[in-house]
Amino acid sequence: MIEATLDFLSAYSTLIALVGVNALLALSVWVTLYAGQLTLGNAAFMAVGAYVAALLERHLGTPFPLALACGAAVAALVAVPLGLTVFRLRGVYLAIATLAFGEVLRVILLATPITGGGQGLNGIPPTTELWHIYLSLAVVAYVLWRVQGATVGRAWAAVREDEIAAASQGIAVRRYKLAAFVAGALVAGWAGGLSAHITFSIEPNDFAFGKAVQILVFAVVGGIPNPLGPIFGAALFTALPELLRPLRDYRDIFQGLVLLAVIIYLPRGLVTVSQLRRTRRLQQIGAADVA
Amino acid sequence: MLLEALGLAKRFGGVHAVADVDLAVGDRQVIGLIGPNGAGKTTLVNLISGHLRADAGAIRLAGEDITRLAPHALTARGIARTFQGVRLFKGLSAFDNVLIGTHSRMRSDVVRRLWPRGVPDRADREQALSLLARLGLARRANALAGELAYGDQRRLEIARALASKPRLLILDEPAAGMNPTETAALRELMRALVSEGVAILLIEHDVRLVMGTCERVAVLNFGRKIAEGTPAEVQADPAVREAYLGAEVA
Amino acid sequence: MLEQLYNAIFIGSIYALFAVGFALVFSVLDILNLAHPTVFMLGAFAALFAIGTLGLPWYVAVPFAVVASGLFGIALDRIAFAPLRRRGAPPLSAMISSLAVTLIVVRLVELRYGGDFITFPSGTVPSFLIRIGDATLEGVRLAIILLAVGLMAGLTFLVRQTQLGRDIRALAENPRAARILGVDVERAIAATFFISSALGGLAGVLLGFAYNSVDSKMGLPLELRAFTVMVVGGMGSLPGAVVGAYVLGLGEVASLVYLPAELRDAFAFGLLFLVLIVRPTGLFGQRATDRA
Repeated sequence: MIEATLDFLSAYSTLIALVGVNALLALSVWVTLYAGQLTLGNAAFMAVGAYVAALLERHLGTPFPLALACGAAVAALVAVPLGLTVFRLRGVYLAIATLAFGEVLRVILLATPITGGGQGLNGIPPTTELWHIYLSLAVVAYVLWRVQGATVGRAWAAVREDEIAAASQGIAVRRYKLAAFVAGALVAGWAGGLSAHITFSIEPNDFAFGKAVQILVFAVVGGIPNPLGPIFGAALFTALPELLRPLRDYRDIFQGLVLLAVIIYLPRGLVTVSQLRRTRRLQQIGAADVA
Repeated sequence: MLLEALGLAKRFGGVHAVADVDLAVGDRQVIGLIGPNGAGKTTLVNLISGHLRADAGAIRLAGEDITRLAPHALTARGIARTFQGVRLFKGLSAFDNVLIGTHSRMRSDVVRRLWPRGVPDRADREQALSLLARLGLARRANALAGELAYGDQRRLEIARALASKPRLLILDEPAAGMNPTETAALRELMRALVSEGVAILLIEHDVRLVMGTCERVAVLNFGRKIAEGTPAEVQADPAVREAYLGAEVA
Repeated sequence: MLEQLYNAIFIGSIYALFAVGFALVFSVLDILNLAHPTVFMLGAFAALFAIGTLGLPWYVAVPFAVVASGLFGIALDRIAFAPLRRRGAPPLSAMISSLAVTLIVVRLVELRYGGDFITFPSGTVPSFLIRIGDATLEGVRLAIILLAVGLMAGLTFLVRQTQLGRDIRALAENPRAARILGVDVERAIAATFFISSALGGLAGVLLGFAYNSVDSKMGLPLELRAFTVMVVGGMGSLPGAVVGAYVLGLGEVASLVYLPAELRDAFAFGLLFLVLIVRPTGLFGQRATDRA
């Protein structure tokens, strides 16, 4: 039994690693979505984390955990001025601004020699183990889950529901929006560092518009009510191409169809299936008195 | 004097929504603010609650200048409000709505903000429950705020505002959509709050409610204060009658 | 110099045709139709199909492609947006469903035509040169510029003077009021998507003719530029989109003088970012930030 599991793990280790990393990325977007902000910048923060970690190791010989931490920290630091500049923007504008930032970063990476330009960085040591990824995932998910039930989580929910009313409840809206943004960047940066050490090489196009959108899809499709949603969404959509492998050329089409079906029939995400019963009960409580 | 607003003005483009308005609310007072639609009442309230920045004038709370402060800072200093069109957190339960109202009183404990635990958290939850009960919403504690009946929603907003233990409570048309029984209950609540030390600024169209609860009433029209005094004085004031009814019939 | 200006106006015209459709849907329905670049690509491929497979002359292929694109737009709405509208889903859901459609359609095109560049069969695409002084200009581009300008004028007329245009504007301004006032909302929405996609598809055909090449990914660079155009011009503003398109076209060509080719994209995004920070409403747009 154990042997079979280990065999399975090694055969699919790359996929399982990828699921873990994508789950972390999905959580990084989840935090900002939970606070009501639509950000497409986390692929850029992932890039920052990846490049910083890889470059520190290569040029300064920084040990792996420290390099990861620095990558995440730099991503968070970049998020602060970015967040301050864009937090005034509503909805769609915020999404576009963060997207534009991602593209500007990508172009900078292409143009800077130290980052290897279009070739990117190669020969990154494959230091990441599955347990690194899943331990990170467990920690991040747990922390976010606890925070969700705490004052900060409630403040984020309030900001998401109605910023003006939230401000009247004593919530410093901008500060909380920025905090969610920076937290997301931190997690995305960490995930980037981990990811770089699985894929051995990174280049700017790995972190472009497509990646940003992919991460967003994981989170939205998974669902917002709790951290399990984005994890589930990431797992489903990362594994889906593998599961659909027999379909070969038609894979992307089916992926698109699945995505379309989910978003149309479950616009609040997959996780809401379990929420439906609870919601119905709540509705009944509210409705009963009106009847 | 708990709240003093002096010479407040706010322009939107070419329109003077509020022009040179003075308003004062003392401890344990109930002050009424009335005027025809579009008179600038809600704009004035938005200025006081920090949601809009005044173009001119000053606002003082217990002597402290609060003119430039953001809404959340004002809540921390004891100003709470309800909104004209109810602004509840619709996707959250009634209980959660009230619980969020306690936010400003948790500022000092940073760790507790991240990690709910133990006694302080329980105290807040109990207070939220008791507020819900006080406003007659105990049975609906777990209902989604967006699904409540309109009257319940208005009461929930009041419960949420009270959760921050305000010194000054601003009620923006709280009786809209309430039947006489509910309005009477509201009047009782206001009396009880005053005796507990809360001052109230009441914006209302329900004349009987205003006249029955307020010590003083200020009347706005076209952004200016056109009258102020006791309810009786204001009711008799010709300028007020003209504002509401047009020119006096000779 | 004249050549550069000419190219800038040409590319600006393409951007304008593309962006106007994008802005139209946004202004009426408040959603970012991320499948718009797909209709751009489909227009080009429809023309390719008409010319290459059906053997039609180019002047029939173009209207064919335009109508096909318009119809695609209507279908897109029925499949990806209408169900979400009915249940009042947030705009984010519409973005994602349009993304899903993009995935599907691009892949279908690739299955049929492969992922490489394809050129039109020789002789099927008009091409002539104009000589002015020292400069040699591609004549087709002039035709495209004139066509684009003409269509912009036509669209303006439609929006200002016709009943349909009034309906669409009413819908953009206040959907509920429009419904109450008797506007046939479904018809107006269908018309919006038809016009938007027809213009987008036309832009694709014209670009395909001008460069004599089409490929499944040709919509991508336009997608991101459309954001820039819309933000610069003001989200949802049609004249703004047109102005923004030409500003971008001119700016890009000018920047090529100073920036290396790899950074050409940087101009569009740098401009976008700058405008969002300094003046998010763009030239003609609505409010983009929170109140005081």
